[in-house]
Amino acid sequence: MKKLLRSVGACALSLALGLTLVLTGCEKAAEKPAEKAAPAAEGPKTGELKVGFVYTSPVGDAGYSWAHDQGRMAIEALPDVKASIVEAVKEGADAERVIENMARSGYDLIFTTSFGFMDPTMKVAKDFPKVKFMHCSGFKAGENVSNYFGRIYQARYLTGMVAGSMTKSNIIGYVAAFPIPEVIRGINAFTLGARSVNPKAQVRVVWTKTWFDPALEKDAAISLLDVNADVIAQHQDSPGPQEAAQQRGKYSIGYNSDMAKFAPKAHLTSAVWNWAPLYEAIVKEVREGKWTGNRSIWWGMDKGIVDIAPFGPMVPKAVADKVLAKKAELVKGEDKIFVGPIKDQGGKIKIADGVKAEDKELLGMTWFVEGVVGSVQ
Amino acid sequence: MLLTLHKREEALGRGAPVVYLCALALSLCVCALMLALAGKPALGGLAVLFRGAFGQTHALLDALLKAIPIFLCSLGVALSFRMQIWNIGAEGQFALGAVGATWAALTFGGQPAVVLMPLMLLSALILGALWGLIPAWLRLRLGVNEIISSLMLNYVGILVLEYLVFGAWKDPLSFGFPMSPEFPPAAQLSRIWPGVLGKLHWGLLACPLAGVAYSVFLNRTRLGFELAACGEGERVARYARLPYGFLVLLVMGLGGALAGLAGSIETSATLGRLQPTLMVGYGYTAIVVAWLARLKPWPIAFTAFLLAALRVGVEAMQLELQIPAAFGQIMEGAILLCVLAGQFFLTYSVSLKRARPAAPKASPQPEEAQA
Repeated sequence: MKKLLRSVGACALSLALGLTLVLTGCEKAAEKPAEKAAPAAEGPKTGELKVGFVYTSPVGDAGYSWAHDQGRMAIEALPDVKASIVEAVKEGADAERVIENMARSGYDLIFTTSFGFMDPTMKVAKDFPKVKFMHCSGFKAGENVSNYFGRIYQARYLTGMVAGSMTKSNIIGYVAAFPIPEVIRGINAFTLGARSVNPKAQVRVVWTKTWFDPALEKDAAISLLDVNADVIAQHQDSPGPQEAAQQRGKYSIGYNSDMAKFAPKAHLTSAVWNWAPLYEAIVKEVREGKWTGNRSIWWGMDKGIVDIAPFGPMVPKAVADKVLAKKAELVKGEDKIFVGPIKDQGGKIKIADGVKAEDKELLGMTWFVEGVVGSVQ
Repeated sequence: MLLTLHKREEALGRGAPVVYLCALALSLCVCALMLALAGKPALGGLAVLFRGAFGQTHALLDALLKAIPIFLCSLGVALSFRMQIWNIGAEGQFALGAVGATWAALTFGGQPAVVLMPLMLLSALILGALWGLIPAWLRLRLGVNEIISSLMLNYVGILVLEYLVFGAWKDPLSFGFPMSPEFPPAAQLSRIWPGVLGKLHWGLLACPLAGVAYSVFLNRTRLGFELAACGEGERVARYARLPYGFLVLLVMGLGGALAGLAGSIETSATLGRLQPTLMVGYGYTAIVVAWLARLKPWPIAFTAFLLAALRVGVEAMQLELQIPAAFGQIMEGAILLCVLAGQFFLTYSVSLKRARPAAPKASPQPEEAQA
């Protein structure tokens, strides 16, 4: 049997290698001219537009990928658009392969929706100059790559106001994924919002080092409830923390989508994504031949891409009115969230009085504002 | 009618491929059925899977690329399994190998490739081996079960990696994201023939070398023979005055070194920097592969390639048929289960027996143990 297996194995492997070499020869000839035919900029795109989405977590029923998928469905409803996904893609070597296969399969426009897809997207983009790439939440761009994100921190600020108004213990728990600028910025905006209505409020942060792990996220929320937090907020993709808050009879604030259905008794509101306007705009650009690379698109509440979910019945009208008034400002495009004086945890002024932090500072934010309990490690 | 089981006097030889083929066919039927239940084209779906895994050059190359770390880790754990030392720690050893390579790449970054590459490999091998030696030493000195200690060291290893990329090695240009600076070009394994062989890199070379070394060591050296003898049990080995302790250290050290090698190749060739996303569970896949392949080098290579191809093919299925990612894992599970169940028939045969009239109500599958 050993011999047989060995020979079978040897045959199969040599077959595979042989086939590889033969096929490469054939494909090369066919692929090359097509790829080099046209430079990056070209006219309007007619006929079927194939749009691909790469998600790092499963679409699931409420999280980050789910929110992107709502946007995808919006563009699939447009005429002559086919929008496909590959979900649960690991952010290492696998990502590069998945993106490359999409580009190779004739997709015209590819959205890669997680920070970890940045380098793989850049690498593949170099090899497929005709394909247009949109990378979400990163900072690199190129001839045929633009990056995009939404100012979810604006929604966080509003949810922070709700949390600050509702807490009695003045301790708000925050279950957070990774200590990276995107998350830190959100915690800071949330804390600023909470302390704008309740200067005694403090926000306690627990890192899970995962985007999606329902059990771990729930445990993290419980550990915060154990230190007397009575509102639980989250930067996670599962509703685990919401459920923990409801079980303890405390309040919760969701993220990504309206999480009321998971914890109707606890859910105050959620910071939600609404990707459809952005995705529709990008598809329109490609259709009209107006799409270009090398851009950083960072839309806010004024464009409707971030929002807060309807308030739960326990939120008093006075609180709701105050938050909605602030929201109206943001919708008008008046974003004064990161306007100084803003102090860091040590009480040192980081953003001077009257100065508005530039986007570059926000994108690279690695320090907590005063009122956050926890470290950025 | 009764089904009875007999242990074969001799394990199935020539019939083995038939058994494997049947098992594969059965698992594909299960997959097709599941596709049909999900409302997708059953046969068309399998065709997409096959095309996505084997039907195109780049797919084959991708699978080969993905098989490299699985093969190396698998060889490492197979070595210790040979002497019934259960090294579940390939994942952690892989992480430490990546850490070792990164340390060398960041410390001696200015050196040319001829100096830098060996340094990276060496530090990866040493760190991987050390990580493997810890459970070995704990077992020999304190009698700690190596399954538990090597498994737990996986988590520690990954935390070490994360500690470094979140802290000391964090790229100042990464906006605080957890990743080391990109390696200098001299520290990145180059591609063999970019125009033709795609992303396939020189790390591939490590596979035949390790495979041959594994075979020669086991079949042609005295230590290899002693290792096989130790597989009969610790007491037998000690009674025969075999260097049991030394062999435990050796297999765990070598296994760790192989996993470390895989880790250094992955960081250097596919990512070009250290990142927590490097860890995708190759160390665990390696254990499955080693068992499916019954610890033999060629079958390990073959199984690693097949499993890698399956994962690549499933991505194509996801994209074309829009099936959920979990479907791929279910299919992988179905195939593994069928093949493992098939292996049962290599050592047992089943025959039909007419029921005796006086037989009491028997369960449908009574086992008649026969030596």
